[in-house]
Amino acid sequence: MSVIAVGSTTVCAYDVLLPERGAAALLGDVQIALFRTHAGEVFAIGNQDPFSGANVMSRGIVGSRGEVPTVASPMFKQVFDLRTGVCLDDPEVVLPVYPVEVIEGQVVVAALSDGLARADGSARADGLARTR
Amino acid sequence: TEPVPSSRRATMAELRRARHVVVVGGGMVAHRLVEALRQRDTGTSHRITVFAEEPRLPYDRVALTSYFSGRDPQDLSLGDPDLWNDPAVNLRKGVQVTAIDTTAKTVTTARGEQVAYDELVLATGSSAFIPPVKNNDAQGCFVYRTIDDVAALRVYVERLKSEGKQVNGVVVGGGLLGLEAAGALRALGAATKVVEFAPRLMPLQVDEGGGSALARLIEGLDVDVLTATQCQRVKLTSQGAARAMAVADGPDLPADVVVFATGVRPRDDLGRAAGLQLGERGGVVVDEACRTSVPGVWAIGEVACIEGRVWGLIAPGYTMAEIVADRLLGGEATFPGADTSTKLKLLGVDVASFGDAFGATEGALDIVYADPVAGVYKKLVLSDDARTLLGGILVGDASAYSGLRPMVGRELGADPAAFLLPEGAAPVQLELPDDAPVCSCNNVSAGTIRCAVRDEGCADVKSVCGRTKAGSSCGSCLPIVKNLVNAELTKAGVEVSKALCEHFTLSRAELFDVVRVTGLRTFSEIVERHGSGRGCDICKPVVGSILASLDPAGHVLEGERAALQDTNDHVMANLQKDGTYSVVPRIPGGEITPDGLITIGEVARDFGLYTKITGGQRVDLFGARIEQLPAIWKRLVDAGFESGHAYGKALRTVKSCVGSTWCRYGVQDSVGMAIALELRYRGLRSPHKLKLGVSGCARECAEARGKDVGVIATEKGWNLYVGGNGGMTPRHAELLASDLTDEELFRAVDRFLMYYIRTGDRLQRTSVWIRELEGGLDHVRDVVLNDSLGIAADLDAAMALHVDSYVDEWQATLNDPAKLARFVSFVNAPDQPDADLRYVVERNQP
Repeated sequence: MSVIAVGSTTVCAYDVLLPERGAAALLGDVQIALFRTHAGEVFAIGNQDPFSGANVMSRGIVGSRGEVPTVASPMFKQVFDLRTGVCLDDPEVVLPVYPVEVIEGQVVVAALSDGLARADGSARADGLARTR
Repeated sequence: TEPVPSSRRATMAELRRARHVVVVGGGMVAHRLVEALRQRDTGTSHRITVFAEEPRLPYDRVALTSYFSGRDPQDLSLGDPDLWNDPAVNLRKGVQVTAIDTTAKTVTTARGEQVAYDELVLATGSSAFIPPVKNNDAQGCFVYRTIDDVAALRVYVERLKSEGKQVNGVVVGGGLLGLEAAGALRALGAATKVVEFAPRLMPLQVDEGGGSALARLIEGLDVDVLTATQCQRVKLTSQGAARAMAVADGPDLPADVVVFATGVRPRDDLGRAAGLQLGERGGVVVDEACRTSVPGVWAIGEVACIEGRVWGLIAPGYTMAEIVADRLLGGEATFPGADTSTKLKLLGVDVASFGDAFGATEGALDIVYADPVAGVYKKLVLSDDARTLLGGILVGDASAYSGLRPMVGRELGADPAAFLLPEGAAPVQLELPDDAPVCSCNNVSAGTIRCAVRDEGCADVKSVCGRTKAGSSCGSCLPIVKNLVNAELTKAGVEVSKALCEHFTLSRAELFDVVRVTGLRTFSEIVERHGSGRGCDICKPVVGSILASLDPAGHVLEGERAALQDTNDHVMANLQKDGTYSVVPRIPGGEITPDGLITIGEVARDFGLYTKITGGQRVDLFGARIEQLPAIWKRLVDAGFESGHAYGKALRTVKSCVGSTWCRYGVQDSVGMAIALELRYRGLRSPHKLKLGVSGCARECAEARGKDVGVIATEKGWNLYVGGNGGMTPRHAELLASDLTDEELFRAVDRFLMYYIRTGDRLQRTSVWIRELEGGLDHVRDVVLNDSLGIAADLDAAMALHVDSYVDEWQATLNDPAKLARFVSFVNAPDQPDADLRYVVERNQP
């Protein structure tokens, strides 16, 4: 994730993010969920839980499954890979992921999700879980 | 649990074609016959009419004494009540059959109806035998056989007590039933004596050594025992009520109540009148297929005389019921001989007897272990080469029973003495053969249980019991079922794991101990030292809960602890399906001032919240967005409200009825007690949610027995019930202690809750926790009231710490800007509402 797309947004200071706790943010009208892991990495995924349709992913519990950094949806507890957005309990379901970098203490997110996620992520932004 | 597939309902056409089986008698054995027949008769070739004399469904007569431990008569019900809704089954409650005509093939009822049958099954059971003691029918004399008998005894004793009398009870008969009755009398608060004609207690089940161990143990429980004593006459008061029992060779025994428990006699009058062959000592004679001397007429249970004997035990009765079900459907089943094994807890004393308990086999050898100090007597009877187990007697500690009984008739394959050593001294592993019977009530073998695990996909004890019926009657085989299931799962490569999740191999209780002992107080330290990875939505809330219990002064949002909380605990509100939250202020005991109600109403109105009264006597405000929560709580806290912890695995509410303050019937101030309890335990985190209830009298309007802790007022104080819940699997709470003072009540509840918090599994309600604890409710009572584990002081201190360090977590949050900073909709647009949330008004609410 070294390439930041044109139109990236500075969302907040890195220090505002609490370790292993998410925060919701707006990129225009799009809701994203930001996470800071215990190791200090930052991830950004879509905030809409594809199983319930509610915008709650940022309020899930952050942890790990094997080596994978994860967040569990607070609604029905499905677990997602923070790096890829793939639901580990149902790999057909994928959340959009957004390139994110910490630059001079600020969290910067690309305005659009990266290529793969945008292909089906943007189509899903207003809808419920859609399977491939 | 996997639901047992219910059989298809019969059609009218099938029912018209079906043969008509009439069952006379509605007891346990009749129930088993109907159950077995309906289960196997898939094409409905038979329809069944059951004539039950008692005006109720068949019930568990063996558990009759539990009627005194505060259980409902409904709790004695057997099996799935749906059986009686089956169109192929017609239960005629409260209808007595008065005559049988085996030529016309009809029965006549007391109402004069004649009902035709194709097959007739006599299951009339037996009646209590009353010895020829003079005045044995006087007021105050009872038998011990039916719910009505037991209820009448209870009413009589309670009436005497309410007149302020110390009630003296005499139980005539020191057998199984007599000791049950003694337990019941003692539970009712009567001074109790057991009088037995034979030289020892339970003469049919135990030998002299066992009998004297039993007598010592029972006398230690304040029940007097007189053996080798003959009762002669009930002496009466001037009103004709029982006053004393005159015995041969001794002074009169004071006796306001006399219970005759001297055995039973088969109710064979119908068979006698119909000309069926009877046994020498009564009972309708049947062959090995349970056929009587007249074709088309069968007899099962305690009325049947099989192999020249009448059996007054449930296991042979069930066997006979199964045989008739099999035979009616064309099978060839025969009576394999009666299993007379017994395991009981009488007055809290374990007694078990199995196989050839008296060593009647030629050349039989005894091995005896007796410890009069510990009150233990154990005997194994072995074949003449000391290799094959023939039977045994266990008094005081019957823990070896479930392992030994299935081995009767088999080589033990280990030093027999090892089985008799004190509990825990020498764990002996037995490999049961597949044909070894494990559950004799329901005739389930070890092989059947293994098969349920191996081939039928049952993965735990509960589902195995549901499928095989093992352990569903007396339950004494459950430990061995558990061992078999676990062994089979291990064999199948299924790890029987108590591990919390992939990050901790420990169970919740183990993790609790680790954290308590090591003093670690952050998740990072705990997972680094005792786990792996960075946790998940399973183990993090568990650690959060454990830390809340061990360090109650710490706030849920303090430091790293915040990252452990589920969203509910993290925002201190309940997540709803659209991502909004509901808010529940605490209303202790359901008592609220008009001003309080107005405040809640105004808050709901001003924030546009949907309002609903909860089942826990408070008010739930729905539809609050995360960024609104601090403002909502500011208003509530300013008006004196606190967090209701509706979001936590924590104490929720203490529900109460209005009690003696207003109610004509109330005997104590239930609202005052409910408030005291709620203020004491508010904020207490636990393995699952906790609900309490307090009722001001026995009418129980607070439904306290549907709660984890239920308190019901008595004239003298409070009765404490534990382990109830509503929800998917409702359970009634069971009596833990009676007539407690306020202080005794607080102490008992303190210990009960803290013991649960320390040892309960994740998301395990108290009912399941008690059931799965070794020793069950008795063990809990021992820990709470008698400090049997020596941890009471520790539990008391832990609860005192909780009570002393309580602060309202919402007020603390409002006072801390760093914590308030979490309550934003978007980190880069803190007050902008989630655009996806819009409500329409319905029934005048958002």
